[in-house]
Amino acid sequence: MDQIAVMSERKKSIISSVALLTIFLAVWQLSVKTPAPGAKAEGLPGPMAVASRAWEMVSDPFYNNGPNDKGIGIQLGYSVGRLLIGYTAAALVAISLGVMLGLSPGFYRALNPYIQVLKPISPLAWMPLFLYTIKDSSQSAVMVIFMSSLWPILANTAFGVAGIKRDYLNVSALLQLSWFKRLWKVILPAAAPAIVAGLRISIGSAWVAIVAAEMLIGGTGIGYFVWNEWNNLQLTSVIFAILMTGFVGLLLDTGFGSLAKTLTYKE
Amino acid sequence: MSFLEVETVSKYFSEAGGQRLCVFKDVRLHIEKSEFVTMVGHSGCGKSTLLNIIAGLEKPTEGAVILDGREVDTPGLDRMVVFQNFSLLPWMSVYENIRLAVKAAFAQWEARKINDYVQRYVNMVGLAGSETKRPAALSGGMRQRVGLARAFAVQPKVLLLDEPFAQIDALTRGTIQDELMRMWTATRNTVFMVTHDVEEAILLSDKIALMTSGPSAQLAEIVEVTFPRPRVREEVLDLAEFARIKKHVINFLKNCVRERPANDTTFGTDALVVTRRVAAKA
Repeated sequence: MDQIAVMSERKKSIISSVALLTIFLAVWQLSVKTPAPGAKAEGLPGPMAVASRAWEMVSDPFYNNGPNDKGIGIQLGYSVGRLLIGYTAAALVAISLGVMLGLSPGFYRALNPYIQVLKPISPLAWMPLFLYTIKDSSQSAVMVIFMSSLWPILANTAFGVAGIKRDYLNVSALLQLSWFKRLWKVILPAAAPAIVAGLRISIGSAWVAIVAAEMLIGGTGIGYFVWNEWNNLQLTSVIFAILMTGFVGLLLDTGFGSLAKTLTYKE
Repeated sequence: MSFLEVETVSKYFSEAGGQRLCVFKDVRLHIEKSEFVTMVGHSGCGKSTLLNIIAGLEKPTEGAVILDGREVDTPGLDRMVVFQNFSLLPWMSVYENIRLAVKAAFAQWEARKINDYVQRYVNMVGLAGSETKRPAALSGGMRQRVGLARAFAVQPKVLLLDEPFAQIDALTRGTIQDELMRMWTATRNTVFMVTHDVEEAILLSDKIALMTSGPSAQLAEIVEVTFPRPRVREEVLDLAEFARIKKHVINFLKNCVRERPANDTTFGTDALVVTRRVAAKA
């Protein structure tokens, strides 16, 4: 296909996207009953109401009027902060353990049954245990993130390392590389595409989990914000916050997408 | 005592059902310093396995490899391999691939010296200008040039060439063989090569070791090639002696193929009949 055809394909899909959005917004707006002036709004708010609320929140994202009234930027900041702590810890543990598992098939076989049992557990199911042992709701939420990120990274790292071509390991053996160089120059770069795929999957599931965890623990974060606004019957805020979680999730995924591109190699 | 001694090495693979398959048996091969020795044999005679055993990447079932008076059974920088499939690290550039090896071999050198040295080898194999390219962007011939540069740069006691030109197109193959000859003439490394290519073996080697077919392959004969060096391809190919050696080797390879009864589908050793076995030299 030539360049022009590709461009027009892309243009077509952009136009379709915009058209779909317009239709969706129009149907949404039309299905919403506009309340009589002075009367209380009933049913779902329309897109115009959400947009005006969104504008309000985005124009002052960092205000802080006490525990139940913080700007959306602050709330998202709390959530992203928890995400980064739990996720980074999980990545460090999972990649180290995954490399060990990938390099020793015996160890892999011994641990695999436990991994298979632990993997399908909803990360939120651990919450009571964390609350009981850690006795801090915010740290418990971080641990939920840890649990949700751990398994995909671990499984992908072990898989990627176990599948490293014999040739590359032979080269590192012939060159008598120290274990540190072997790890940094051969094993990790060779398994990088698989590891980054695991990182990408788990940042998505961790972001999904943090919203739910924050609804449970309360206090701060975008999940708590959604729940709090629901209690206030501020559906415009709820809808906008939902959209924001989607937007942040997209940003995180795009970041890992471009990381994956730089770390992939052609043989 | 020779520089590199393969002392009655045998290799068995264990198969499903607990049976052992003998790949080759009691191979005894002595290589002198600065000698270029090539092993020729059919697929399955275990010549690449033998090369891996010398490299330390595989263990012999019986026997030992002695290099410069010391037994070697693990890989080391004193033996570098040039692989049939190049085995370059695809996430590193040409330059980085060679530098990794140089840094490993000469850890005490300072960065400047390492860089100059790596560049010299890049230039030597004619890859100046392609330093930052990754292997995937190179042709097979260019990749193997990197492989050769990496191996020579380490200055090993023994160079092990595992069918180094098998995956390179025929037109380029000759050029790279010439380059290998040139590099070898300059360094006089001890070389052990395995190949299918009879002409290549005669052109490059001082001695050609002929293996019978596997299983239970044996080193049958060593053919000496005494053409003066440096050799020029066009001149060597025209020599009557070249034709004579080529005929001898090809006849050997033809005659050592084992025949199986037409209706027999098993691969057991008993089912194989040696039509003719050249008496192994002691």
